[in-house]
Amino acid sequence: MVAGGSLGGLRTVEQLRAHGYTGSMRIVGDERHLPCNRPPSSKGVLSSTASLSETLPESTFRQRTSTADAQRSLGTKTFCSNLADRVVELDKGETVAHHGLVVATGLFARRLDTCTPAAGRFVIRTIDDSLVLRARLRPGIRAVIVGAGFIGCEIAAAATALGCQVTIVEGSSGPMENSIGRKLSDTMKPLMEDYGGEFRTGRVVGLLTALDQRCVGFTLDDGSQLAADVVVESIGSLPNVEWLDGNNLDLTDGGLCDDSMRVRGATRAVAVGDIARFPDQVLGGDARRVEHWATAGDTAKIAAATLVADLAGQASPAAVTPTPSFWTELCEVRLVGVGSPGAATSVRELEGDLGHPARGVALGYFREELLAAVVTVTLPSNRQLHYRGLVATARELASNLPAFQPNPTRKREDQ
Amino acid sequence: MKVYVDRNLCDNHGQCAISAPAVFRINSEGILEYEDDVDGSLRNDVEDAIDVCPVQAIFIRDDE
Ligand SMILES: Cc1cc2nc3c(=O)[nH]c(=O)nc-3n(C[C@H](O)[C@H](O)[C@H](O)COP(=O)(O)OP(=O)(O)OC[C@H]3O[C@@H](n4cnc5c(N)ncnc54)[C@H](O)[C@@H]3O)c2cc1C
Ligand code: SF4
Repeated sequence: MVAGGSLGGLRTVEQLRAHGYTGSMRIVGDERHLPCNRPPSSKGVLSSTASLSETLPESTFRQRTSTADAQRSLGTKTFCSNLADRVVELDKGETVAHHGLVVATGLFARRLDTCTPAAGRFVIRTIDDSLVLRARLRPGIRAVIVGAGFIGCEIAAAATALGCQVTIVEGSSGPMENSIGRKLSDTMKPLMEDYGGEFRTGRVVGLLTALDQRCVGFTLDDGSQLAADVVVESIGSLPNVEWLDGNNLDLTDGGLCDDSMRVRGATRAVAVGDIARFPDQVLGGDARRVEHWATAGDTAKIAAATLVADLAGQASPAAVTPTPSFWTELCEVRLVGVGSPGAATSVRELEGDLGHPARGVALGYFREELLAAVVTVTLPSNRQLHYRGLVATARELASNLPAFQPNPTRKREDQ
Repeated sequence: MKVYVDRNLCDNHGQCAISAPAVFRINSEGILEYEDDVDGSLRNDVEDAIDVCPVQAIFIRDDE
């Protein structure tokens, strides 16, 4: 039984088959159409003129033939669950008994905490969201983007390219700062400003103003007013975990997993993708969620191996923490990252010069002496692959050092 | 087994070269090169490459 049928759920059913599982599979997902690839929703889809019916075939995930016999329930939500008894209840009243559970319900977009009418306020999580917003991004309108994370910045870049007057409100000091660090953020800010985006950094949204039942702007915490024809809320996402309530699980910020992607506190249940909070065996520290596209596939591989082994009562293969990787595209720049920039204690250029980002830069993120991450700016992919290799090697070396073995709880002896 | 990459979609992300280095590689200009006629034993690798391609540009054509 797979709850959530987007990238993580889909990759897990494929990997279950690849790991030799031949039993029946049911995928329950609450999207109306087959799930779509999300990254284009905040990039290409916003700037294209293609209709939903033209965009869907290209964006819909293709299905492997090995999973053709999986039963799919579209437009259906898991409502509640009893993991000890292995039953899940669906919102349509059906109760599904199962042998093993895959938790892949991902995230939903966080909204501003306000009772202001929803008209005039937008979020992007799905391709449908993207098409609704696109229809409003007309040249000359005032678009205010709240939150300068990856998605907010991409939307801002697309909106400026469409001729909107774009203002970006961000609580920290610059774009994507939480993900790529201050140094690269400071480089990206003037670049985005050159394309017409105006930043209000270090500012928090206060009261929203409404007129005729629609949001028309808001006050910032410094008392200034911002008028808007369109407000886009890109202030992060929250895990879809309510249906797991009542099972005594740790659901603070997603479902807590062990390093084999088992949901802690449950048996024969694994979690994958954006919803899974799992430890990094190499860098140590608290378990965290990794909201990147590649992580869905990487965690699906581990989770499927674990579930197949657990169903057969065998020991699962030792899991290797996937190395996070991500990319973003905006203002004709592509940032590609591998590793965990957030773990860094120092940052320096490995190639190129941040003063000239258009000529190509590789930025190394070091945790003490360990290369924890590299982010490249407009470098061709052969260079990216080179740095990916460096980070992978650094992680491998680090994981062989006794000091980096935070994994004492694996219980294999009792199998 | 025939492998085909839609060049209109391919963005040279290079992810395929990690999953199936025997089939896909990125040349020194950063451009994808690939084998279009591939032994069936590499099918799993190619399917992995299909999965990791962020723009779904890779296809397998089974001519039967
Ligand atoms: C606009 C946008 C742009 C992005 N761009 C990039 C990018 O450029 N690079 C990058 O690395 N990553 C990007 N990402 C992140 C990437 O898309 C995610 O990491 C990935 O989608 C995670 O997949 P998932 O299956 O774990 O979660 P999701 O994609 O959130 O899928 C969860 C699925 O579960 C369904 N669901 C939720 N609750 C229930 C329930 N109770 N019952 C049944 N079904 C339920 C949902 O409808 C959804 O279909 C982007 C994300 C977004 C939203
Ligand atoms: S992963 Fe996809 S986009 Fe990247 S080089 Fe390969 S085919 Fe092209």
